[in-house]
Amino acid sequence: MRIGLFATCLGDTLFPDAVKATAVLLTRLGHQVVFPPGQTCCGQMHVNTGYQREPVPLVRNFAEQFGDPSIDAVVLPSGSCAGSVRHQHGIVAERYGDAELVDGVAKVRAKTYELSELLVDVLEVTDVGAYFPHRVTYHPTCHSLRMLRVGEKPLRLLRAVEGIDLVELPEADACCGFGGTFALKNAETSSAMLADKMRHVAETGAAVCAAGDSSCLMHIGGGLSRIASDTRTLHLAQILAATRTSPYALAEAAR
Amino acid sequence: MSSTFLGMPAAPPRSPYGTGNLRGEQKFPEAAHGELRNEQLRRNLGKATHTIRAKRLAVTGELPDWERLRDAGSAIKTDTMNRLPELLEELERRVTERGGTVHWARDGAEANEIVTRLVKATGSEEVIKVKSMATQEIGLNEHLEAEGIRPHETDLAELIVQLAHDRPSHILVPAIHRNRDEIRRIFLKEIPGVDPRLDSVPAHLAAAARAYLREKFMTTKVALSGANFGIAETGTLSVVESEGNGRMCLTMPETLISVMGIEKVLPRFADLEVFLQLLPRSSTGERMNPYTSMWTGVTPGDGPQEFHLVLLDNGRTAALADKVGREALNCIRCSACLNVCPVYERTGGHSYGSTYPGPIGAVLTPQLAGMHAAKDDPNSSLPYASSLCGACFDACPVKIDIPSLLVELRHQNTEESGATAEKTAMKAAASLMKRPKLYTKAQKASRAGRLLAGKDGKLSHLPPPFNGWSATRDVSEPPKQTFREWFASQEGQAELRAAAPQDDEGEESR
Amino acid sequence: MTEHAHGAGESASARETVLGRVRDALALAEAPRVEVPRDYRTGRTLPDDDLVGLLTDRLLDYKAEVRTCTADRTAETVAEALRAHGARRVGVPPGLDPGWLADFDGEVEADSAEVPAPRLGELDGVVTASAVACAETGTLFLDGTPRQGRRALTLVPDLHVCVVDRSTVEVGVPEAVARLVPERPTTLISGPSATSDIELERVEGVHGPRTLVVLIRTDV
Repeated sequence: MRIGLFATCLGDTLFPDAVKATAVLLTRLGHQVVFPPGQTCCGQMHVNTGYQREPVPLVRNFAEQFGDPSIDAVVLPSGSCAGSVRHQHGIVAERYGDAELVDGVAKVRAKTYELSELLVDVLEVTDVGAYFPHRVTYHPTCHSLRMLRVGEKPLRLLRAVEGIDLVELPEADACCGFGGTFALKNAETSSAMLADKMRHVAETGAAVCAAGDSSCLMHIGGGLSRIASDTRTLHLAQILAATRTSPYALAEAAR
Repeated sequence: MSSTFLGMPAAPPRSPYGTGNLRGEQKFPEAAHGELRNEQLRRNLGKATHTIRAKRLAVTGELPDWERLRDAGSAIKTDTMNRLPELLEELERRVTERGGTVHWARDGAEANEIVTRLVKATGSEEVIKVKSMATQEIGLNEHLEAEGIRPHETDLAELIVQLAHDRPSHILVPAIHRNRDEIRRIFLKEIPGVDPRLDSVPAHLAAAARAYLREKFMTTKVALSGANFGIAETGTLSVVESEGNGRMCLTMPETLISVMGIEKVLPRFADLEVFLQLLPRSSTGERMNPYTSMWTGVTPGDGPQEFHLVLLDNGRTAALADKVGREALNCIRCSACLNVCPVYERTGGHSYGSTYPGPIGAVLTPQLAGMHAAKDDPNSSLPYASSLCGACFDACPVKIDIPSLLVELRHQNTEESGATAEKTAMKAAASLMKRPKLYTKAQKASRAGRLLAGKDGKLSHLPPPFNGWSATRDVSEPPKQTFREWFASQEGQAELRAAAPQDDEGEESR
Repeated sequence: MTEHAHGAGESASARETVLGRVRDALALAEAPRVEVPRDYRTGRTLPDDDLVGLLTDRLLDYKAEVRTCTADRTAETVAEALRAHGARRVGVPPGLDPGWLADFDGEVEADSAEVPAPRLGELDGVVTASAVACAETGTLFLDGTPRQGRRALTLVPDLHVCVVDRSTVEVGVPEAVARLVPERPTTLISGPSATSDIELERVEGVHGPRTLVVLIRTDV
């Protein structure tokens, strides 16, 4: 399959290791990863903060970059950005775009997937041949869980990882408190939510707290770093990309 | 003046500024600041919301057709809003036929005046009240007191709030922010003649309330209520409750005055078969609440012989005029969204400054009362009082898409806000991101952040507006290489080639 | 425009204004018509034993006391229930079969609209029939007809003994609601009065009867 990779602005700029892992994983599974170089940002932050005129060019750019019919599927290693493409681009296009944009958005939306959806639903694989001999707990992230309804897919992928010690995160479905600009506008409430999430992560004794969204991981990881926790955060893709021949070097990981 | 006959529809007005209880004094983050530091409140709320969540999931899970009931409930409410004029007129006709009197109130002040006049006409100087969101919204108690009429709240939680000179903080359990010890202290201080040995066992506290209110139920001539449902087809009103205080108020007095928001009307009596399943299971997590009363006008020899229904607008038609926002009017006030909301759980209901707290309050309040009625209107902060986690949408028995409504109201807020620093920044960000080359340059420039990081590669102090973030969270320094740089590099391509299956018959050649 | 009842001094303009605003709102934001899907469960039935079993289970869950008997043992069972709760003075609605109280050796007072409702507090308890019951939720429906009496009668006394005939029991809420006569003052009762207002912990017994005894007659 020819898979278009949308790195997301956050992944591209600040968390490239998660995007690299996505590219490596899909390549290992025998697919061709294409990276349209004109891609930038999905505009989620704009829309979620109340701005719908400003992201019109971003929505248009996404539709243009990935509209190429030779791209069979578009993957986003981010539940919230995938949610934005699927649920918000249409709203922006209808309101402030033109008929062409509405059409373009609809076409690209239909082939856009979050990573676990692409693997399980489209590529029909749950055992990706990964090896990760560490204790891991998984935070499902709100938009993957309740906007995209990925359900058990990420956990099915993780359960199939060789050597993994997957422990359930108490109150896993509770929000970590990130919420984009919510973490700035309501920083104290966000911190209170984060404190509870970190307490639950600590209860698992996991070496790694994984999730399918670098933004939530940035939040949880930033908090864990501040309290000097032994638990680090990793993107789901980084665990799935690790193999026996190319294992993830946990001790040396910076983030 | 009605615009019906003028041909051009006019945007209906919101609840008048400065009236009722639809606006706090502070914006949400400032109001939450104090509440977040109240450890007792956090413990009370955490315990209560976790208890009710488990109960709700248990009783909604046992109905195999729960999702179908939600779909039906949602559609009935949407259909109701679409046909509101005819349904309201039908309701009025049926209530009138059965001996009731229907009044219309354009806003809270008008409803307060109508109720006050009706009470005064009976000669009574006190009234007993069933818990009602609508009368709370319009500040009826305050108005009655100013007019020399004493309102007695009879719901246990409302009584606790009234005795403590406090404000409700939850739709269903207005005193959820109080624990049993606090309630015991309030009762000891405020209930005349209460046994000084009263302990904090909930059953004993409830018994103390029973004894105190019994005499009021037996002697007060006028009762005020709200209504959960008003059936257009039959003129039947319904109140759903637990303690029997509702039955007392709806049965014992000579005069009953009910204030009902116009959105509470339902087309058919049979629609109750849906809502009597959705409401109790979503609100208290029970299969059925202990008591539901239904009455149609006046019944000779049974209950109040004088019945008045006050139909209240107070901004509801303004909400109805918004294609997206009107969905909030479908709310049946079950409070499930409050109980699952991670923000409500930490900040409590008072932070919202409105009779309607929590997720539904954050979308309903701004629509009823507006977000820009004054400079720095606290209501403009409400749509942002959410991480958009979506738990409320899943819990809502009538499937109100609260996260999407929040995003919509945020948009309306930015559209109405004029020029702000945030808007300038958002424009700048979008304008950068629509130009891939500029964007790539900016990514490189962001590496300057590496210079600010400590030896551990962390940034721990950020300037405003990011200082709230860095108060509790570090930021990692930007990496040496962006993804796009890696992907374009020989090293990156080599890594990918190494990862590809060795077998050349792989996917690529298919 | 037809005439509508309005209180003295109240103009009709509030009515016209509110209705005008509603029409304006719908004109400004036109709403597509919706079909209400009604594929939730309706018209359910259960074998008699299962139905009574389900009702009993749900009543007990909400802390009601349940007794079952056949019709010929109504008087005996009613008397037992009243005796068990120490009731000496009992009220009954005007249309209740006097035979139901035949075995009760205390005082029986037939209620009427002339009795001031607060005086019902002097009764130790009340015995009534019911109109409909819903098994799935453990709910009794009273509709104010002569065998059930006015609403105050089953509200003020502290003990309510309610007789439920098997033939009036329905499986779920839709089936029970379908049997109601909307215009009658109707009260749905699910267990004794209760509150969850203190820390969301359920406490039985607030303003309504603190004890609810349900007597299910299995053969009528």
